[in-house]
Amino acid sequence: MNLDEWKKQKRRTTFFLFITLFLFLVISLAQLGVAPGKLLDSGERIQSMLNSMVPPDVHEPSGVLEAAIESLQIAIMGTFWGVILSLILAVFGAKNLAPHWTISYIVKGFAVLVRAVPALIWALLFIAAVGLGAVPGILALAVNSTGMLIKVYAEAIEEVEKGYIEAITATGASKFQLVMQGILPLITPIFITWSIFRFDINIRYASVLGVVGAGGIGWELVRASQTMAYNEMLGITIVIFAIVLFAEWVTRFLQKWIEKSNVRAFQSNSN
Amino acid sequence: MPETILDIKSLRKIYKDGTPALNGISLTINKGEIVAVIGPSGAGKSTFLRSLNRLVEPTSGEIWFRGQNMLKLKKKELRWARREIGMIFQHFHLIKRVSVVQNVLHGKLGYMSAIKGGLGWYSQSDTKEAIAILERVGLEQELMKRADELSGGQQQRVGLARALAQRPSLLLADEPIASLDPSSSERVMEYLSTFSREEGMTTIVNLHQFDMAAAYADRIIAINNGEVVFDGAPDKLQKQEVKQIYV
Repeated sequence: MNLDEWKKQKRRTTFFLFITLFLFLVISLAQLGVAPGKLLDSGERIQSMLNSMVPPDVHEPSGVLEAAIESLQIAIMGTFWGVILSLILAVFGAKNLAPHWTISYIVKGFAVLVRAVPALIWALLFIAAVGLGAVPGILALAVNSTGMLIKVYAEAIEEVEKGYIEAITATGASKFQLVMQGILPLITPIFITWSIFRFDINIRYASVLGVVGAGGIGWELVRASQTMAYNEMLGITIVIFAIVLFAEWVTRFLQKWIEKSNVRAFQSNSN
Repeated sequence: MPETILDIKSLRKIYKDGTPALNGISLTINKGEIVAVIGPSGAGKSTFLRSLNRLVEPTSGEIWFRGQNMLKLKKKELRWARREIGMIFQHFHLIKRVSVVQNVLHGKLGYMSAIKGGLGWYSQSDTKEAIAILERVGLEQELMKRADELSGGQQQRVGLARALAQRPSLLLADEPIASLDPSSSERVMEYLSTFSREEGMTTIVNLHQFDMAAAYADRIIAINNGEVVFDGAPDKLQKQEVKQIYV
């Protein structure tokens, strides 16, 4: 095949790809009922909603504050239990520590399954199981966290050089002692980085979990929207925004701190 | 008649992929001996040493240590046997980020309950002993430093201290000086032989430097292709033979 032919063929492929995508777009718009007229007609309603949003307001500052704090607590508790649970399971999921390779696959499979179900669905499941409030929120975040954390913790453990495991095993230490005294200190930086990252994610989730009734500030948002108090909705959204910013700030600070201790170790290693 | 500490009978190891590593090694090792195992890389030295405390699971054979066949031991019995077998490694394998003292205290894990050991609740007498051992290897100034902040030679001495904290009757050293400079190497070998003599400890050390083996060992065992090709005092080993071993 010469160059010209090849170019022609490539152009043809691009053309067909473009046509297919365009058809897909048109069909989707028609099927979902997205008509330009509908959007234009709702302009007025959007206008009035935006107008009633400003100035933002919080009717009951103490209640909203309480709910915001509850969201933070749910995020902290959910992350805490998620981290503990994941760490235990990761030990069985890591190929180099698992009692048998099938157990490693089962644990990792469980993690994939958990990952596939979104946090909100987990919240609905736990609400059905234990009722409304903060508890299902905490459980949902804890379980949802394991999906990601088991995977990353297990990978961190698998990267630990065999020699370290041999060295501690040779002292006559048990598996539990090996994990606690040998593996954990070795994976600390990775462990902390991922746990903080997950905390960051959980704070975002915790602020919307309340929408389905799993505690926290999300519920305030639903309450405000039901009474069409749009200015309050904006006020609460700003509070959520502040929480997320705060979380961002805290996690950045923690990550910097870890980086510093890593650099210190690296420098002392290289001289 | 010297007391036998290790009696190895036709020890074999074939790896899962079919690679034979040990082809029937039979040996007896006496209490208090310093034995150097020499041979080219890939000869099976490392597999041999790791078979003794079952870091590598031998395919067949017998290893009699203190009246028990190591290969027949159950999980817990194996941990108890391992407490009495110290081990040091080429790359030290100290736990990074953890203090020097704590690394030495790891040598006590086998003697502690699961919970106490896991949480690192070392007793005061254990800690005192660990510090005393570190003084013996000349590291009393570095107690609280992170293990990964020490030089290679110092790290190997901490590795030795960790093994000594087990109060072992047998010490296995897998290429302990292969990644050290000449002066650190000599120092580590010096400590190794001194402690063996002072504690009446039996030491098996894998080396690839013949002159080091000749200088410090009572007995040399040469392994090639998973078989013992020489076993005797260093002065019995002719230059000619050494060359052949490394072919």
